[in-house]
Amino acid sequence: MKKLMITLAAIVALGASHIAQAADYKVDIKGAHAFINFKANHLGYSWLTGRFNKFDGNFSYDAKNPEASKIVIDIDPASVDSNHAERDKHLRSADFLAVDKFPKSKFVSTKITDLGDNKLKVEGDFTLHGVTKPIVIDAVKIGEGKDPWNGYRAGFAGTTTINVADYDFKSAWVGEVQLELLIEGIKQ
Amino acid sequence: MIKNSDTSFGIVNIAIHWITALLVFGLFGVGLWMVDLSYYSEWYRTAPDLHKSFGLTLLALTLFRIIWKLINPSPKALSSNKLETMAGKLAHFAIYALLLTIMVSGYLISTADGRGIEWFWLFEVASLGEFVPNQEDIAGDIHEWAAYILIGLVVVHIIAALKHHFVDKDKTLVRMVKVQKEEHQD
Repeated sequence: MKKLMITLAAIVALGASHIAQAADYKVDIKGAHAFINFKANHLGYSWLTGRFNKFDGNFSYDAKNPEASKIVIDIDPASVDSNHAERDKHLRSADFLAVDKFPKSKFVSTKITDLGDNKLKVEGDFTLHGVTKPIVIDAVKIGEGKDPWNGYRAGFAGTTTINVADYDFKSAWVGEVQLELLIEGIKQ
Repeated sequence: MIKNSDTSFGIVNIAIHWITALLVFGLFGVGLWMVDLSYYSEWYRTAPDLHKSFGLTLLALTLFRIIWKLINPSPKALSSNKLETMAGKLAHFAIYALLLTIMVSGYLISTADGRGIEWFWLFEVASLGEFVPNQEDIAGDIHEWAAYILIGLVVVHIIAALKHHFVDKDKTLVRMVKVQKEEHQD
């Protein structure tokens, strides 16, 4: 009986510690410690990179139970920035992102698998150009801990590859585009 | 006759008018065509480069034209209808305003990120930087719509010129083609 009580107490304590540690984080867009980059092949000869400057998101994460984590990221596709005004104008046009028609892009995780060694497989739905498709982001936790300003932060990096043809881009010839998400969150 | 008189356009004015007409039609046509070129078209880079170079040329020509207009007399309107004369003046003013709007907005698209515009691969016209956020999009919309309105106005301009020639049977159109000899009363 005593043994059972101890076991029960341990389970309750463990559960409580889970609840205590499962925290909600807000992506640090204010301090710009998060980045959403893309990379596309140019002519088969080189890489072109760019990023989305405006996005927001939050996630919950518990190092003891990573599979209970969740992440949502909202991206403003009109904020595309490839360091060339004429190209960005073209990327926002109907040939590519058609931002007038589809002003919102979003990633919502549906399942997170712990692969060990800080590696995570993040499955979710990605909405771009009005099309929602399941994607898998290969993510890794970079680290977490107290920051020097009385906060607590956790950071992740994730990569995935999409084919713009799957998202009905008019300029489907662009083909595959790599997305890189560098996400730092501040515990709420 | 190089300069204008009260009854005739000078050769400079006539030349500028027709060069402008040619450039406006050319730039409009190329503009419409080039935005739909495929990335792998050999014109994908060349057509916009030429469009910008000819556009800058027209901008310089138009600025000169405005100065020329200010230091020259304008031949008097041949219509006796005051309303028609007023409408003509208003339309001409609008054409000038639209030309400048289109060319300045075009410049602002290409120079929004600090890059200059190369003029016929000879020299670079510097960027003045970004004046408003998303300048390339705003300037792009203005450039496109002002161009459509200009072409609409040009159609009205042509119809009016033909009306002068065939209906009113006056020399409005002819004097934009040929320098008129001073009229003698005899």
